[in-house]
Amino acid sequence: MPNKTFFWFFLPTGLAMVLFIGLPIISTGVQSFYAQHDQVVKEVKKCDPFGCTVSIVVDNEETTKIREAKPLGKFNGFGTYVDRNHLATEEIKKFWNETETFGEFVDQVTNLPFYKALIFTLTYCIFVTPNVLLLGFIIALSLNAISRKIRGPLIFGTILPMIVTPLVGSLVLFWMIDSQGIIGANIQNLMNDPYLSLKSSKTLTWITIIIYGIWHHSPFAFVVFYAALQTVPQEPIEAAIIDGASRFQRIKHIVLPHIYPVVTFVALISLMDNFRVFEPIIGFSAEGSAQSLSWLIYDNLVNEEVILFGSAAATSMMTIIGIAILLAPVLVRTWKEFKTAR
Amino acid sequence: MRKILVTLLFLLFGTSAYADCNIKSGSINILANDFPALRTFVETSKQCKGSADFKVTHSSEHNKIAVPALTANPSEFSARIAANSSIVPLMNQDLIRPLDDLVKKYGKGIQDSQLITIDGKVMAVAFMANTQHLYYREDVLKDLGIAVPKTYEEVVAASEKIRASGKMQYPYAAAYKAGWNLAEEFVNMYIGHGGEFFKSGSAEPNVNNAKGVATLNMLKKLSELSNPDYLTHDSEAIKVEWESGNVALMTLWASRSGTLLDDEGDANITKATKLTGPATVGGGNIPAATLWWDGFTLAKNRSDADAEATFRALAHAASNKKMVADAADQAVWLVEGFVPGPKSIGVIEAVKMGAKPYPMLPQMGLMHGALGSEIVEFLQGKESAEQALKDVEAAYTSKAKEQGFL
Repeated sequence: MPNKTFFWFFLPTGLAMVLFIGLPIISTGVQSFYAQHDQVVKEVKKCDPFGCTVSIVVDNEETTKIREAKPLGKFNGFGTYVDRNHLATEEIKKFWNETETFGEFVDQVTNLPFYKALIFTLTYCIFVTPNVLLLGFIIALSLNAISRKIRGPLIFGTILPMIVTPLVGSLVLFWMIDSQGIIGANIQNLMNDPYLSLKSSKTLTWITIIIYGIWHHSPFAFVVFYAALQTVPQEPIEAAIIDGASRFQRIKHIVLPHIYPVVTFVALISLMDNFRVFEPIIGFSAEGSAQSLSWLIYDNLVNEEVILFGSAAATSMMTIIGIAILLAPVLVRTWKEFKTAR
Repeated sequence: MRKILVTLLFLLFGTSAYADCNIKSGSINILANDFPALRTFVETSKQCKGSADFKVTHSSEHNKIAVPALTANPSEFSARIAANSSIVPLMNQDLIRPLDDLVKKYGKGIQDSQLITIDGKVMAVAFMANTQHLYYREDVLKDLGIAVPKTYEEVVAASEKIRASGKMQYPYAAAYKAGWNLAEEFVNMYIGHGGEFFKSGSAEPNVNNAKGVATLNMLKKLSELSNPDYLTHDSEAIKVEWESGNVALMTLWASRSGTLLDDEGDANITKATKLTGPATVGGGNIPAATLWWDGFTLAKNRSDADAEATFRALAHAASNKKMVADAADQAVWLVEGFVPGPKSIGVIEAVKMGAKPYPMLPQMGLMHGALGSEIVEFLQGKESAEQALKDVEAAYTSKAKEQGFL
């Protein structure tokens, strides 16, 4: 495609991307450097059906004046980024000086909200992504080998987890693992422990969410792999069969190299999706045991009666940076291949 | 035939004439939480909408919608049914209007005690009161010879006895869902211990003390007597637990008593479900509970005509003797003419015992949020009480700094 044609072809998408993705990210970035103005409060008398008290309220007249002068708020630089609820640089320095063993230090650091969330998010990514790739590939291979007659319904059944809305999918599982649900009650019977609860133990909650993640994301990998498998040329495979290659050898030396670019693509998308894990935490009511970076943003925006725009913006920016770091190796590799291919 | 028609017409116009407040124009759009009493209240105000537009959104997610929706100009809603805690963000952002003029003009029938005044200005009109108090199963307590608990220490002892008897494995329930609900339980228990959330006259946190530790220890004891999934249980979930007969003692909102005592569900359980006042804790004499009011506020960013129409419709409900008589079961109404029934015992006892209202402070929402997420690890046994409270204060402090309170 000539560059000029490509330009016109890409223009509408590019514009939409700048408008709906680029500008909001810039605006979020700017927001993250600002905090609210100092609150001007005054003492007033408050009366309600239960009696009167003297207490404080925000002085709206004064606040409006300050806000009109500086609508963005108070410039805070990286203040929000380094405070305790984010990178917590000062706290970490303090822990480093105060703690005696490294284990104690790690304990203290992982008790900070941002690192707690980061650890869960990374654990989720590390366990879900490879398993999704593997499971998706195995399902695609098996379905590809099955008689064409029953393949249609089977494919449909396999992609069901992806069709089901994430929240609904997680809610269904949530009810099943309830201590009186079908899975929860059976596990209690099996382990002979009436106090065993999948929802109250942190480890078990994490495992549940990870299994849910694999279940939910595998169909995506499967669909892409299955499509890629259709393009594998038959001649080399037939030649390999004649040469006496086993099934495993055929997959390793012919199929995998052929669909390798697709594997990279699926890995990229999965990593990105998994790093933003959010719905299962809400669906499983797992806020107590598992928090992800996306959940932190949500928490800052809606869970409190006061909306913390600065905090949410800072966490958003760090999530974007986190995804960029995670994807960097794969992107660099793709870029190198692209260059050698030319 | 003609007679029937005339009668019908008469009935039709008769009823509407009875309820119509003669509102000629304007549009009314209400945002409210979702429980039976509020539905009744809004329905009552709808009767008098006249020719005004009438819309309502009942949502349990009302807190998340309110501030953004009222910030818009013109605001999406003309009125918001708020409570002690949810009026604060609206006040902080200057999103609601004073109601003095409207009360003077159209507020006939609204009692003075219903008016929420801040700095001498009427900012909301309350119509019902709420609190969390104890519910107990009379049959279970009687069988085991346990007296109705008056303190949380007695609740613990009673629950242990019920568990030991083998009748129930998890005899106690309260809404301990991580987040808002759990924080609310802490607030109740901390107030019961006589705690103050902030150092006097400032927004500096003040929960990391002996009272805070005692509060956490009591919450932990109670959680050990609850269903192990307690961190995922909200008011609705424990209501279901109760109705399944799994629980004998429970702390729950007064506004939910109606659904517990209705005809649905096991008749034996319903019959044995009894209400009593909130418990005290740690030898204190004020109950470990907070008093709440629900009332209506009007959006500032909405035309005066809409505000007037909305006020008239809502004031009609907030002074409606027929409504409080018909729906006496649904809530403890603050409206004139309300005769408290058996389902109001909890709130009335709480007021008699001198329960404190939920603190209406600008920075309280941040404290509530910090509590909801930071005390979880203590309950899970992963952290000491002191560490959890230290975390609460630290989390609150950085949020309050960002928000300009410190």
